[in-house]
Amino acid sequence: MAYFVELLINGALTGLMYSLVALGFVLIYKSAGVPNLAQGAVVMVAGYAVWLFLSWGLPVWLSIPAAMVTMFLFGLVVERLLLRRMVGQPVIMVVMLTLGLEILLRGLVPGILGSAPKSIDVGIGFAPVIIGDVFINRTSLVGGIVALLLVGASLLFFRTRLGTKLRAVSDDHISSWAVGISVERAIGISWGLAGIAAVVAGALWGSSQGVDWTLSMLLFPAIAVVILGGVDSIPGVVVGGLVVGILGSVIPGYLDSIVGGSTRDVVTSLIILLTIMVRPFGIFGREDIERI
Amino acid sequence: MFYRLSGTFHTNYQADRKLWKIPADRWLVLTVFALAVLAPFLVSPLYLGSYVLPWIIWSAAALSLTLLMGMAGQLHFGFAAVMAIGAYSSIHLVRAGVPFEIALLLSGIIAAVIGAVFGAAALRVKGLYLVMATLAMQYLVDWVVVNVPWISGGAHATLRTPAVSFLFMDISSLASRYWLALAWAALITVFYLNVKRTSFGRSLVAIRDKDFAAAVIGVDPFKTKLMAFFTSSFLGGVSGAILAFCYYRAVTPEQFGFNVSIQLVAMVLVGGLGSVIGSYLGAGFVLLAPIFLTNLIAGLAASGWVPVSQNFLSHLPLVIYGAMIIGFLLFEPLGLAKIYDNIRKYFLVWPFRHARS
Repeated sequence: MAYFVELLINGALTGLMYSLVALGFVLIYKSAGVPNLAQGAVVMVAGYAVWLFLSWGLPVWLSIPAAMVTMFLFGLVVERLLLRRMVGQPVIMVVMLTLGLEILLRGLVPGILGSAPKSIDVGIGFAPVIIGDVFINRTSLVGGIVALLLVGASLLFFRTRLGTKLRAVSDDHISSWAVGISVERAIGISWGLAGIAAVVAGALWGSSQGVDWTLSMLLFPAIAVVILGGVDSIPGVVVGGLVVGILGSVIPGYLDSIVGGSTRDVVTSLIILLTIMVRPFGIFGREDIERI
Repeated sequence: MFYRLSGTFHTNYQADRKLWKIPADRWLVLTVFALAVLAPFLVSPLYLGSYVLPWIIWSAAALSLTLLMGMAGQLHFGFAAVMAIGAYSSIHLVRAGVPFEIALLLSGIIAAVIGAVFGAAALRVKGLYLVMATLAMQYLVDWVVVNVPWISGGAHATLRTPAVSFLFMDISSLASRYWLALAWAALITVFYLNVKRTSFGRSLVAIRDKDFAAAVIGVDPFKTKLMAFFTSSFLGGVSGAILAFCYYRAVTPEQFGFNVSIQLVAMVLVGGLGSVIGSYLGAGFVLLAPIFLTNLIAGLAASGWVPVSQNFLSHLPLVIYGAMIIGFLLFEPLGLAKIYDNIRKYFLVWPFRHARS
């Protein structure tokens, strides 16, 4: 029983950390309609940015905001230089462009800064939290709480003046133009916000597994989270994250020893496939997907 | 080269519907094919085995994918998994005593059935969701291959391909393996060129352009898409088997991973969606350009021209590969085929440019 509870709680917390990665994806998809398959690599870049500022001797409370500013600008630049030119192109072009960006970043950043895993210490500590018989990973605990806070903050953000503009843009580009909202700026800002979310994800994941190119592989669970929760829904990120995290922890916890490992990817793939077959727009997504 | 339209007056429909309408084009294709057949005598075995042979096989694989992505307009990000199914089933069939020729066909059919099953699951959606569904298929097939010892022979095992003969010809030497791959690539090319002229090909194109418009004129979208997945997976499965037997000769699951799927899509896109010449050019470009450029820069670095670290050099192929995808999508979305087409059209009437229609 304790084993099950441990798997459940740690899975839920890991899932919430997935939803940090997924949040960036949703922010961009919601406003621009662009599936950003480079979000995993953006998280990796953010992890490297945090490490870079830490290694320059900046304290944690300064280097994370510095990384946030950097990644905000990074998001703006990527949107301006690459994605702006893809407006109106078929989805294959956009998907392939973001994948190309993913490959480029995965080569460029570790190529320049070194490919050996970097450890970053954001002051969380490594000793597990023990409640009764249950061991809880301390980084995941902090990560889960931060994820909930960040999702809550972004929900509140969408009620501000700027957030209302972003919601208008996500509803309809042309009518937003008509009422004088700058769609380009809104999309740029959503890329920047996705960069900020990536810094949080990069710092937390980086402190739990080290910063190297494997951070970009977070894309796959994040995609499952996004598909399950609904590709344009921010509350969906939390629910999807919890489901993907719990199933991806409990099922491998019992099955790995029987079938020989790495069932987590299978669970993630099955979640994607089943969601697409049963309810392609996800739990909270809008039901406007074209179906045959 | 000089005014190649000279003397070609298409006075009947038959002449106008030929695959290669202009005699000069026909001669060009024949010359290239003859050079390709003679390549084992012209190119040193090292280059043949490590550049030309993979190029030919990957071109065949890109052609099978472009049938689905370019002609039918269905995105597929798990094509390496289809090839893996073909490769593994052909090896197991040959080991079970099935003749190689039949094993090739059977492995294609197995890949086609599994590919079509996944296609049927994914066909209710399109665009981004189809990408995600095929991506999930890639991971599922990867996992099954790695974790079922009966298929892969254990988690980190390599499976050697048994020695086989094709049509009473022993294919163990490099040249014979190359010729088999070339024959397959030629076959698939002729198939692709002709399928465009059949009712099947036309219904694929109709589905690509607008599926409910196609449904209105009597093309069943579901059936046609399923057929597209089936045909393309069949060709991909056989290409995977050819890849295993003619090039790798020892198969591991990593050779058919997710990155290989991306590479195939990159070949199709860099070459130009739905184009035959584009598949060949794209496969060559994606395979060889990163190697070539990395060697170039490594040479420059060794002679001290450009200061790059060893670590950066090892990441350089990835960087070039990613930059290449981005560059083509931004600056030439129609790919190398379009560049080739522009050059060809320019020289078609050169030096009488005013004669261009």
